[in-house]
Amino acid sequence: MYAALWRLLPGPPWLKVAEALVLLVMVSAVLLTWVFPVVEPHLPFDRIIIGEG
Amino acid sequence: MNTALRNLTTGAIRVTAELALTAGFVLLLFAFYLLVWSNQRTAAAQDDLLSDFRSQSEDADGATSKARPGPGDGVAVMHIPRLGDDWEWVVVEGTEDSDLRNGPGRFTDSAMPGKMGNFALAGHRATHGEPFAHVDRLEDGDQIVVETAKEWLVYQVAWSRIVAPTATEVIAPVAGHPGQKPTQRTMTLVTCHPRWGSTERLVIGSQLVERRSAAAGPPDGIL
Repeated sequence: MYAALWRLLPGPPWLKVAEALVLLVMVSAVLLTWVFPVVEPHLPFDRIIIGEG
Repeated sequence: MNTALRNLTTGAIRVTAELALTAGFVLLLFAFYLLVWSNQRTAAAQDDLLSDFRSQSEDADGATSKARPGPGDGVAVMHIPRLGDDWEWVVVEGTEDSDLRNGPGRFTDSAMPGKMGNFALAGHRATHGEPFAHVDRLEDGDQIVVETAKEWLVYQVAWSRIVAPTATEVIAPVAGHPGQKPTQRTMTLVTCHPRWGSTERLVIGSQLVERRSAAAGPPDGIL
C-alpha cells in the first residue's frame, strides 16, 4: 500500500519525500488531537474517578 | 503456477509488514501522546487557569462572594510543600475527563474548599500533567495549602488508604461514613493506584487546621 502511495505522489523523488513527510505530520496531528483523546478513557490505565468502577 | 504462488506470498508478506510498521508507528505516537503531549497540554491549560484565577482573586477583593464556578473553571489553587516549593495546581470544577485533563477536579457533589463537610478532589497520577504523581509520599501531619479567592486554608494530612474503585464512602461528607452529618471540614484527594494502573484508588484524607484571609498573606512555607 505504501508503494502505491509512492506512485500516486506527483513530482520528482525529493518532492515525493517532502509530500510523504507532510502526510505523516497531518496523520499524526489528527491522531494526537482527535483520536487519542477519545480512545484514552477506554483504556485500563490511570482511571482516577471513584464510584464508576 | 509457481511464479503466481511466489507473487502471492511476497504480496502477503509485504502487506503484513506494512501493517506491522503502521501499528508500530501508531503505538509509538500514542506513547508520545501519553508521556509528552498530554503533559504539555495540561501545562498550557494550567497557565491559563492560574492567570484567570489571579485576576478573579483581585476582583474579589472588597466584592462579595462570586457565583458558583462553572464546569472546568478554576476553584482554588493547591500547594503541597512536601512535593516541592513550586508544587502549585489550580483545582478545576468537575471530574469529567475533559476537566481532569486540565488539572485536579472537584467532585461536584462534595463541599467547596473550607466549607463544612468534605472537599473531595480527583487528580491524575500519570499523564495529563500528573498532578498527583507523588502524593504517596505524603505523611500524616503534612500540610496541604488551598488558596481560594478570599482566604488561605491549611489542611493537615490525617490518613491515607488504598481502596477499591467503588469505595464512594471516602468522598462522603464525613469520609468513610456515608449518610452522616458532617461536623468537620475535611479534604480528600483521590488518584489511581498503582500509578499507571486502575485496579485501585489511593486516597489521602486531611483536616482543616488553619484559615486566614487572603490579605493576611500566605501561611509559613508558601511563597
